[in-house]
Amino acid sequence: MATTYDIATKQTEPRKDGSVPVVAVEKVYKSFDGHKVLNGISLRVNQGETLAVLGRSGTGKSVLLRLIIGLDTPDSGSICIQGQNIAGLALDRMGEIRKKMGFLFQQAALYDSLTVRENVAFPLEHHRRDMPKSERADRVRKLLVEVGLDGDIDKMPSDISGGMQKRVGLARALALEPEILLLDEPTAGLDPISSGEIDELILKLQRERRMATIVVTHDLHSAKMIAGRLALLNEGDVVIEGTFEHLQQSDIGFVKEFLQQS
Amino acid sequence: MSDRGLTTVAEIHPLVPPLRTEPLSSVADSATKLFNGFFEWFGSLGIFSWRVLTAAVTPPYEGRELIRQLDEVGSKSLPLVAMAGGAIGVIISLEARYSLTRFGAKSMFPATLVYSVIQVMGPVITGLVVSGRVGAGMGAELASMKVTEQIDAIEASAINPYRLLAATRILACILMLPLLTLATDACALFTGWFAQSLVEPLSFHQFITSGFKGAAFNSFLPQTFKTAVYGLIIGLIACFQGMRTRGGAAGVGRAATNSVVMASLFLILADVVMVKFILVFFP
Repeated sequence: MATTYDIATKQTEPRKDGSVPVVAVEKVYKSFDGHKVLNGISLRVNQGETLAVLGRSGTGKSVLLRLIIGLDTPDSGSICIQGQNIAGLALDRMGEIRKKMGFLFQQAALYDSLTVRENVAFPLEHHRRDMPKSERADRVRKLLVEVGLDGDIDKMPSDISGGMQKRVGLARALALEPEILLLDEPTAGLDPISSGEIDELILKLQRERRMATIVVTHDLHSAKMIAGRLALLNEGDVVIEGTFEHLQQSDIGFVKEFLQQS
Repeated sequence: MSDRGLTTVAEIHPLVPPLRTEPLSSVADSATKLFNGFFEWFGSLGIFSWRVLTAAVTPPYEGRELIRQLDEVGSKSLPLVAMAGGAIGVIISLEARYSLTRFGAKSMFPATLVYSVIQVMGPVITGLVVSGRVGAGMGAELASMKVTEQIDAIEASAINPYRLLAATRILACILMLPLLTLATDACALFTGWFAQSLVEPLSFHQFITSGFKGAAFNSFLPQTFKTAVYGLIIGLIACFQGMRTRGGAAGVGRAATNSVVMASLFLILADVVMVKFILVFFP
């Protein structure tokens, strides 16, 4: 069930069962060289829920994901992962929280000196050292089967297409069985067929794994397909949040314009 | 026309702007920026060093990556330092023979060669060659990883990039530089002896016995092991420049160039301090 968002108080209504949101972003501000990117944004995502963050380029969508995984720090405000505020955490402590998160980068960010197999095995080799080699290899193969790339296991990232790279990135993000999945423009730069395949894959993963997922995208069609809840950003803050139907019924000029242009 | 009847430049080219004198405030601003940039660079290097140090001494240890880097820095630099050492040996041999003959001290040739190579040329040449090869390579590799978000991906995978990427590379440089220096020294002594023996036959055994006569460990060990500090400088600066890169392909190029230039410069400056240190503590 989608939660509703009160623009005036910038609060998401608490869940009726009283559970803590898996990701809670509260009044976060972030500037780069004096340029305000995030302007007091607040968002919450619960277990098993997919939130799509939409908006024009440069509205701080990717920055929001980088803040959530701790690659950047907010100027003010708080970001809580499973109730733990990550502000000011040491790198190794942050590492423990990151093990619960999977991140798909916009350009996939595969390690270019490693094969597809080694890329997916990379987090396992570092965090599951106690796992037998054969078991690790099995896990890698299963993940690559899941993303439909088991035939390209020994190829280098430079030898596969952009869509395939994103799938490998997704398999790598899933290697540690995360509880939170962050996807930065998973369909950007892909043809409609590849985009559709990625969307299907995300939906399938979501059904099977029940992760809390945040998808940053400017592709409304994709967002509508994979997310139960959408948040539209403008000038560093959420303009509206809710289901696609909720957005469609909005009288806000920017929302109408965004929906018409998309 | 000027009052002396000469045509002025302004009259010939009226569009040539008059010479501008930079306002003092602008010069002060530039100086302040330069000053701030200088201290900012050292401050960032200090923070980077601390992060690498704390990452290096706490588990988990990245043994496999360290072995890969030992191979990258050591084995792959070996042919290069051997060739450089060989060339230096011949050059010193030719120069020393000429000078010593002029001053009637030809018998001092083996000792001159041994001391020049082991105390001065071997360590510095090894440091500079490795700085060029490894410094540029590491700087460019890490910079490329940085601009393609691969370092962010490592961090997002809950792996400390200071431990995995920086600490292993720096440690590999520290461990490998003294060994590479020994290789440079050995090649230089061999080619130096060979060049000499072509002109004036001298057995290698005789050359070595004569060259090392009266030498103590203190004469050579500190000079060889000071190159561990060169390794620290090369590794630290290359990793630092690489991991703070911004700005795409141009940034990668800048990182590679800066790594080599800064590492070579600091290496020579460090040598000045270390020579004095060695002379005081290992007379």
